[in-house]
Amino acid sequence: MSKRKTERLLSLVVCLLSSQRYLTATQIRAAVPGYPDSFDAFKRMFERDKEELRELGIPLDMGSNGPLDEELGYRIPRQRYVLPDIRLEPDEAAVLALAARVWRRAELAGAAAGALLKLRAAGVEAEETGQPRIEPRLTGEAAFGPLWEAVRDRRPVTFAYRAVGRSEPQQRRLEPWGVVNRHGRWYVAGHDQVRDAVRVFRLSRIEGRVEFSGPRGSVNVPDGSDVRELVAEWDTQPAERHTAALKIRAGTGFGLRRWATRERAGSGGWDLVDVPFSDLSWFAEHLASFGADVVVSEPADLRDAVITRLKGALA
Amino acid sequence: MTGQPAHPPARVSTSSDRLRRLLALVPYVVSRKAVGLSETAAAFGVSERELVDDLNMLWCVELRAPDPYCPIDLSYEGGEIVVSQAESIDRPLRLGVDEASALLVALRMLAEVGQVAPVPGLAEGSALSRTIAKLEAAAGEAAAPSAQVAVQVDRHAERSVAAQLREALASGRRVHLSYYVPGRDEATERDVDPMRLLVVEGRTYLEGWCRRAEDVRLFRLDRVLGVQVLTVAAEVPQEAESVDVDRGLFRPSPNDLRVVIELSPYGRWVAEYYPCEEVTDLGEGRLRVVLRTPDGEWVRRLALRLGEDGRLVEPAELTAGVRKEAAAALAQYGSGAAGGGSEASDGSPPTAGMVS
Repeated sequence: MSKRKTERLLSLVVCLLSSQRYLTATQIRAAVPGYPDSFDAFKRMFERDKEELRELGIPLDMGSNGPLDEELGYRIPRQRYVLPDIRLEPDEAAVLALAARVWRRAELAGAAAGALLKLRAAGVEAEETGQPRIEPRLTGEAAFGPLWEAVRDRRPVTFAYRAVGRSEPQQRRLEPWGVVNRHGRWYVAGHDQVRDAVRVFRLSRIEGRVEFSGPRGSVNVPDGSDVRELVAEWDTQPAERHTAALKIRAGTGFGLRRWATRERAGSGGWDLVDVPFSDLSWFAEHLASFGADVVVSEPADLRDAVITRLKGALA
Repeated sequence: MTGQPAHPPARVSTSSDRLRRLLALVPYVVSRKAVGLSETAAAFGVSERELVDDLNMLWCVELRAPDPYCPIDLSYEGGEIVVSQAESIDRPLRLGVDEASALLVALRMLAEVGQVAPVPGLAEGSALSRTIAKLEAAAGEAAAPSAQVAVQVDRHAERSVAAQLREALASGRRVHLSYYVPGRDEATERDVDPMRLLVVEGRTYLEGWCRRAEDVRLFRLDRVLGVQVLTVAAEVPQEAESVDVDRGLFRPSPNDLRVVIELSPYGRWVAEYYPCEEVTDLGEGRLRVVLRTPDGEWVRRLALRLGEDGRLVEPAELTAGVRKEAAAALAQYGSGAAGGGSEASDGSPPTAGMVS
């Protein structure tokens, strides 16, 4: 069926694009080959064809040619069908080809390829020439596809989300405002309907399916809301800076000494090193990873946190 | 509440894919006046045979009313396609929202990348900003939703490091790198012949031929402690094979250690940060993950970092080492670590007796 259907849809597009006037269903049936003889069967098939064209992004207008027309007709308005002129210099086309590769491992790969096809059809020479000097890539995430659709169509969603340290996921209801990839990780930000507050969620912690929970166009993104900003805030370490006084075994702990504000030789094969930190629990884990090469002198809460970590590794 | 699934089963829509291609094919030829069959087939990612089928289908389009006529006339004699009559489909269909967004988000990501690794063409006011402006204009209202997706690249890497590497890439010269290897906690010195920069999972890497390892290596820019651009020309050997970015940066080797760790709900981040071969849900938020790495030292550090949030199950020969190291570290805290001295003590039994 596929080939006949493609032929029919192609003829339908050419027919509706060529006509300045609205064509009635009867006129379309007479012009386009491949429709069944029974009028009812034709109507059903024509309805499905119109839906196909809309899904392809082809604008389909309905209207009449004059006040005396009884039946509504269809046409494809050329000015809304046609991609506006776009001319790219060779360096611009090279950048475009590079951009189209960014999604190669992720959800919008097909959309990027489709866009490139149309731009090539408009005369753009965006061929891949040799190996580029830089290769950026976005990685995929199962929840990205449905969340992008929700953001694009302004629809609320629900999903099961497992916050850090939670033993069970919780059902969340979100009006999504935008999707952000920050430092390689995907996030969605929006209005949490249950908590009635702005929230940020990490896509990798969404479990199972994302489901639409309301109609298209029902999400209002407040003016001036900046999803990049929201995610950056959520992800940023507390700004308060502390300094740890550490004993580091001579010749080790290079990863800590990189950031040292002060470093001097101590006794017994130890160096005394001051290292700044902001997030205590993260820093305690980091220090524990150096094992017996690092001892915390100050502050006491950091020292205790490291001891707790080490005891955990002993268990 | 009954939601409707956002993932409808993938619909086989070969006929709409083909229609997309057919509608692009005519303008592709028209905008080039005449174009070779093989070149066109390559541009559309189809075989020449499929392309000829497409051309025949276009040529066969017939409208029967009011008067029968064939709106498309073309030929591909001698392997060259010429469209002599194309009527209404001589121009491509405009971009859809997903199409415009895919390219615009990627272009804006390149602008971010340009801030970190100023490659020619990506700098501000360059080809990149011109391309973005032209694409936004061509996409029209389909461009708007793309503002709802943003990409931010990690800027931890020193700009001076990126700038020197760019210079080395542009002039084709060898570099000397001081490079921090966290798994072994050491700074290494090596000469590298740069091949290209990669930006994957938000991080920037230099891919190059490492003359010390005599192999292709990736260097994370935020771990480069120093760069010197040498006067020697870079010599990337013929056998140097670029990493296939689309298959993932880290390919386990058969000689790698198989590491099994059981994670608490607080240790689940391991499954998010490292590529895992297997992830098993143990219930109550706990996971068992299987990872591959060549580096036992890295495993030891990870286990110490995780503490009670991760239990190293395999390899068995490392688990004893982790306990021994933790015990040695605790011993240095003296009686304070034994539970008596510190206020934040969790009441665990004294550990002194466990020190081996």
